[in-house]
Order: sequence, then C-alpha cells, then structure tokens
Amino acid sequence: VIRPAGLARGAVFLAVAVAFPFVFGAHWVVNMAIFTLMYAALATAWNMFAGYSGYISLGHVAFFGMGAYATAIVFAHTSIGSGYKPFWFLPVIGIGVGLASVPVGWIALRTRAITFAIVTLTLLFVFQNLATNLRSITHGSSGYALPVPTFAVATYERPFYFAMLGVLVMSLLFAWQVRNSKLGLMLFAIREDEDKARGLGVRTTGAKSITFALSAGLTAMAGSVWAYYLTYIYPQYAVDPLVMIGSVLPVFLGGRGTLWGPILGALILVPAQQYLAYKLGASELYLVGYSAVFVAILLLLPQGIIPSVRALAERWRYRGARLEAEAARMKERVA
Amino acid sequence: MHTVVQAVVLGVLTGGIYALMSSGLTLVFGIMRVINVAQGALVILAAYASFELFSHLGIDPFLSILLLIPAMFLLGVAAQLVFIRSLRGDYAPEMSLLVTWALALGVEGLLSVAFSTTDRTTLTSYADKSWTIAGYQFSEPRVMAFGVAAALLLGLYALLRYTKFGRSIRAVVQNRASAQLLGIDPDRVSALGFGVGASTAAAAGAVYGVVYPFNPGSHYDLISRLLSIIVLGGLGSIGGAVLAALLLGVAEAVVAVEISPTWAAFSFFVVLIAVLIVRPQGFFGVQERTL
Repeated sequence: VIRPAGLARGAVFLAVAVAFPFVFGAHWVVNMAIFTLMYAALATAWNMFAGYSGYISLGHVAFFGMGAYATAIVFAHTSIGSGYKPFWFLPVIGIGVGLASVPVGWIALRTRAITFAIVTLTLLFVFQNLATNLRSITHGSSGYALPVPTFAVATYERPFYFAMLGVLVMSLLFAWQVRNSKLGLMLFAIREDEDKARGLGVRTTGAKSITFALSAGLTAMAGSVWAYYLTYIYPQYAVDPLVMIGSVLPVFLGGRGTLWGPILGALILVPAQQYLAYKLGASELYLVGYSAVFVAILLLLPQGIIPSVRALAERWRYRGARLEAEAARMKERVA
Repeated sequence: MHTVVQAVVLGVLTGGIYALMSSGLTLVFGIMRVINVAQGALVILAAYASFELFSHLGIDPFLSILLLIPAMFLLGVAAQLVFIRSLRGDYAPEMSLLVTWALALGVEGLLSVAFSTTDRTTLTSYADKSWTIAGYQFSEPRVMAFGVAAALLLGLYALLRYTKFGRSIRAVVQNRASAQLLGIDPDRVSALGFGVGASTAAAAGAVYGVVYPFNPGSHYDLISRLLSIIVLGGLGSIGGAVLAALLLGVAEAVVAVEISPTWAAFSFFVVLIAVLIVRPQGFFGVQERTL
C-alpha cells in the first residue's frame, strides 16, 4: 500500500538529497554527506533484519568488508573504464555477498537472542582475521589499492555521492517492501514470540535467512562504494568494530523497526561524529567522546526518537479526547 | 611428538588465564543476563595498573593482585549501578551488550590518552626464566600465572559453594523470582556479582601483563576469545567456561606449532563454529528462547 503521506516524505527526501551536492559544493561538506548516506544505508539495511526480527546482529560489518574486498580484488585486475564501471558492478556485489551470507546466516541463526548477538560479534573477528590471514587473496595487512578514477577535480566526490545515495534508496525500498509484505509480518511475529509464530506455521528459518541475506547484500554494496571512494583498504578498516557501531547506533537513536528512524538517526549522528572528530582531533579523545555519546543514547533514549515522538503524540491526542469528554460531562451536569 | 606435548603444556597454562577471565564473564551472565563486552578492557586496565605499580613502586605484579581485586570490585559495582541497572525491558540483554561495548571503547580511549598505543609488558626479573622438567620447558611466569588463576578459580568456587553470598548468587542464577520471594535482593546480588566479575578481570589482567605484551586495543583480541569460550562452555556455566578455556588454549597452542602461528587465533573460531553446528547451546548450556 502506497500512502500519500509516505510517498510525499520519500519524494521530499529524494529531492533534497539529489539537490544537496549542487547547493553545497565544498569538498568537506560533500565528503561528510557521503559518510552520512553510507551510515544511513548501513543502518537501514541493518534495521531491516535486526529491527524487524529482533535478532541483534553485531557481525554485519563483515559483509561490508566482503563488499569492499570484492570490489578491490575485481578492479585491481580489471580496467575501471571512465571510472563509472565499479558502480555498474554494484548489483553483482550485492547478489554475490548476499548468497555468500546464506551459510553464515545458517550457522549463526541456529542460536537465538543474546547468543546470536555474541556469535555474530565473533563473526566480526573471524572475518577480520581472515582478511589479515588470507594473504594470497587480500594481500594481508598491507592492504589493497584500487585504481583512482579520473573524475573532474571540482566535483570529484559527486559520483560517489550519487552511488551511495543509490544504495541508500535501494535499502529504503527493500526495507519498505519487506515491511509491507508477508515477509515483514513473519519477521514481526518472530520478534514478538518466535515459538508461537512457529507453532502457527510461520516458516521462521526461511524468513530469517532471506532477510539476513538481503540485509547482508545491501551492506556489501555500501562497502563496495566506500572502498572505491577511499581507494585503499586494510583489514582493520574494512572490518572495523567502529563501523559496526556506526550502523547500529542510528537505528537505536531513530527507532528500531521503523522505516525512517535509521535515516533520521544517521542524519543527526554522522555530522555530529565528524564534528567531534574534527574538534577533538586526536583519535584517542575522539574514542572517549564517541563512547560517551553511545552510552547516552542507549541509556536515555532506548526507544528511539520516532517511537518516543509517536507515543507522545498518542498521549496528546488521548488527553485532548479526555478533556473533551470531561467538558461534555460538565455541560451535562450544568444543564 | 615432543613439540606437540610442549604445545599442550603451553596451551593448558594459557587456558588457565583465559578460564579466570571467562569465569567472571559467564558468572555475570548467569546472574543478570548481561554480557560484559568490557571484560577484556577491564583486563587490559588491570594490566596497565599492575604495570604502573611495578615500574613506579616496584610492587610485584603477582602481589599487586591483592590491591587490584578490591579496587576493580568497587569499579565493577559502580559500573553496574550507573550503567547496567537502568536497562529494563525485552531487549535488556542485547542493550547491555552494546552499553558494555561502549564502556570498552571508553576504557580503550582513556588508556590510549594516558599511555599511548605502544605495546607494554610487565618485565619482572623472572620473566625469561623457566624450569625444565623431563625435557619440557615450563616458563616461570606462565606457571605462576596458571597457579594464581587456578587458586582464584578455586576461591571463586568456594565463595559460590560455601558462603551465604554465594548461595544467594546461585539462587538468583537458578530463579530470580523465587530468590526474591525468599528474601534475596536480586539488585544487590547483581551489583556485587558484577563486582566479582570485574575482580576476576583484575587478577587475570595483572598476570596477563607479565606473560603477554599489551596495548589499549588488545581488549578486542581478548573479548573475541572470551566470547567464544563462554558460548562453547554454555552461557552461565563456570565449569563449562573452564573446560572450554583449557580446550581452546590447547587448540590454539597446537595449531601454532603444527600449522602456523597466524592461524592460531583462528582455531578458536573454527571450534566455535563446529560446536554451533552440532550443539548450539554449548557444552553445558540450555537452549534459549527468544527474549
């Protein structure tokens, strides 16, 4: 069901996002915008699995790294043409990593709740370890260089900006489609009570695996654009716990399980984070500030902005109705 | 054969230290369904504290344990009161994972500010000494570290088995609601239990610093191993964690000599994955329901 309000929201967002790099051309602004879009896409993809199903995956950044490495490996040996070729290659990365994530998901999804969170967190370390150790494939800790595209210097970031926007829009469309389909209903049922859902005939394993793969594929596409933008990747940056936190935090801030929450969260967090990094400079102090923000969001806003605002609006409406009823009663008594 | 036996010896000695660290982690999970991702960071914090006490005041790292245990106990209780207690609701366990992850980052950041990110080791006079028994090398600090870890694990066992506090902990682990009906305050037990968990990190950290080089980022290496250990042992089972720690310690050491040191850390994950395929609840765990 396409609701007019939702369509309008999407159209406004897309219009603003498309116009943005033409209005603000400064390199550092577009650079920041690219990272904002990246975390918005990562958060949306993560939320599609974790927010909808209640399975908190802390290993998604492994797929981000797989996307980054796949791109690096392919284009280290293949010409990038005029520079746009890696972008056309994105769907292949998405589908490839999505398929590769199926056995990973199969193993991890044998566990539930907190054990799943722990197992996926160890997956993060598994992939970081693999990226360092499989030297013949990944060049180990010396990293991988990608060819540098010959985009015009004045608007160098623009192609990456639009590629990242494309990944975000695609994630958003998938998240919306899943929400409005039977798959979404299955996932919400799993979130509420998995055993009951299963008892009622929901194919829980299938629903979880499909969404896990979709989410992993989208995450990998963000990783692919990221790798091409940076043109140099190392194991500890491609599979970075901080990127993992960066994709989880916007979801908690904006609202788990909501459609726009992750994007709202990223729009607030990423510019704030970049400002913090710029202000505190030294990466060590930055880490302290980051962890403080992280704790504050989890402890003060565990529900997230969108659900909190919604609850507030609900209460407001309820209060209005109650006042009206009271007024009517008073009138009756007077009459 | 000689090298394999030597590797097994080394693995058991290393596994003992891991067992101590993971016993606190799994105990905390048993009491309050909280996975303390900061356990590794607490170990590193203790390693730095012990390093400083040794290099400035000349206090032997093994003696500094006596100072570090009460200090870290208080720190753990405070952390539980400030950061963990307020987490309620369906997702409290997962939220606790993220909150303690944030705390780990905070500790890492503060340690990097204070000590920079270069590697340190607590270099005692006996650091390089070793005993040779029947042709096998027993490194002195490693044997002492194992001894301390084993003694503290026995102490923890005695605490849980024979004291009133230990009984109340076990009661809360078994059934929180029933424990409460019997007059135990689960919140109090949780706070003190978190303190006990942090104390195991304190002791383990002091001995860790003698045996291994460490830097503020080392906590990721530790926590990835500790998480594998407690999942393998079955969440909440201290006996399971000790067994898993020894097993994985041996696996790591044997892989290091027989295959390659680069793949040693990876043996943890291979064993973990194999176990998840066969028995997702670990050695002594029970199958978990959602929420």
